[in-house]
Amino acid sequence: MTTPAITASGLRKAYQDKTVLAGIDLHVEAGTVFSLLGPNGAGKTTAVNVLTTLTKADGGTVRVAGHDVATEAKAVRSAIGVTGQFAAVDELLTGEENLRLMVDLSPRAEAGVVGRLLDRFELGEAARKPASTYSGGMRRKLDLAMTLVGDPRIIFLDEPTTGLDPRSRRTMWEIIRELVADGVTVFLTTQYLEEADQLADRIAVLDHGRLVAEGTPAELKRRIPGTHVRLRFATAAELDAAARILTDATREDEALALKVPGDGGTRSLRTLLDRLDEYAISAEELSVHTPDLDDVFLALTGHATEVSAK
Amino acid sequence: MKSQSMVMLRRNLKHVARNPTSVFNAVLMPVVVMLMFVYLLGGAFSVGVDYVDYATPGMLLLAVCYGLGAVATSVNSDMTKGVINRFKVMDVSRGAVLTGHVVASVLTNLVAIGAIIGVAFLLGFRPAASPLDWLGVLGLVVLLAVAAGWFTVALGLFAKSPETAGLAAVPLVMLPFFSSAIVPAAKMGPGVREFAQYQPFTPIIETLRGLLAGAPAAGDAIAAVAWCLGIALVGYLWARSTFTKRA
Repeated sequence: MTTPAITASGLRKAYQDKTVLAGIDLHVEAGTVFSLLGPNGAGKTTAVNVLTTLTKADGGTVRVAGHDVATEAKAVRSAIGVTGQFAAVDELLTGEENLRLMVDLSPRAEAGVVGRLLDRFELGEAARKPASTYSGGMRRKLDLAMTLVGDPRIIFLDEPTTGLDPRSRRTMWEIIRELVADGVTVFLTTQYLEEADQLADRIAVLDHGRLVAEGTPAELKRRIPGTHVRLRFATAAELDAAARILTDATREDEALALKVPGDGGTRSLRTLLDRLDEYAISAEELSVHTPDLDDVFLALTGHATEVSAK
Repeated sequence: MKSQSMVMLRRNLKHVARNPTSVFNAVLMPVVVMLMFVYLLGGAFSVGVDYVDYATPGMLLLAVCYGLGAVATSVNSDMTKGVINRFKVMDVSRGAVLTGHVVASVLTNLVAIGAIIGVAFLLGFRPAASPLDWLGVLGLVVLLAVAAGWFTVALGLFAKSPETAGLAAVPLVMLPFFSSAIVPAAKMGPGVREFAQYQPFTPIIETLRGLLAGAPAAGDAIAAVAWCLGIALVGYLWARSTFTKRA
């Protein structure tokens, strides 16, 4: 049996009288991507700070790479890499100097690692320019490259794509997938539901310092209302007529719409359309809805992710 | 692996060299202020001696203080941008990170001090100090630079943002003007006079003045050294605890 990369039990943390983490349990297998998902202020960064030895927990035990974060901080630090919420690059140094700085401070850095990382992250051209001239995406890449200098086996990424444009975000996802392919364990926090869905093997949903759900993306999606077809009508009369024949549908009177459960496949769609034709009812609009993690969040916490509109 | 302290110091020195504003504030500003007071205003002050001889000790102190704003800002941006967290996770020692900032600050101060002394001589500065007195001047200036450096590093770690850190260092830049640096405290208005007499910079300046005139006064010197050690200790302890606590 292999040692799990990260375990936490009963992890608690409060600042003055404000509880930030109210007893959370985590279990992350080595070589997997684990995503802590939650809106701003849920406690994600505090969790990362405790797991990475930066902050002391008030209660509970945390082991990372088999070592206790409270009593064996040094051993934990030598096994992990952390990329914080803000790109922690030195703006007055060039990209290359930033990496060189990490090499000088890492006991285990290999020769040639700077050149390899610059190539891998496509930063070769900008290597001799000060990091202050880099775009947001380049900074994040440099930040992650700096984290990789010591070849850590467990990496913590605190909101690695917040503030990035969609293209840079996709590049970052590719990089994270490559890391996992190399056998690295990734602990990722995000407020983007799609990101967790795309990358994570397991997702834990954090809300006000508590884990409200944990599972694979598929498991979480199963916990909420399934796929349905939404029909919108021009008049209330048509809505009434359709509701009489489609008895398993739910009405949304305000929107003049019907939600019809179904798998979204062509066969069931054709059956549905044929039935409407049979009764000479036509809908203004038809759309097929598959649940995404936004729906999960709403279903699990009873409130929407306040930041999902960002 | 190289010594962490050396790596940190080299990084901080690169910062100073690459940030024109900090070089300007730390080295050129004191010189400009000195020229302004000695050249433009000095003739109007009657202080009993040649004004450049009176003003130079205070200008040495000013040269230390003017560098501090940039130090506070740079320490704070390390803290708030996560650079210090990165170092912490890499197990870089607290001593290396903080000492790097303090030593870089002291070295910048020394460059500014050198510039001030050079300009002072050009302006006709005629000290009566013996080599031993000069050694005393250097010793006290370095002690002050170390003390102010630790205090400023603590301020920088503690402040919420680089802007407030820069602002927090402003009183340190203003304090010399409310001391006997520019004119004797006895010539100031009531209230300000008492403040000027009892604030830490006055005994430091008076000690430097005594040393440069070749006639150091023991009373001032003891107060000066005591103030410096006190400020250094408070700054050091405050910096240490803030560094450990804040993530």
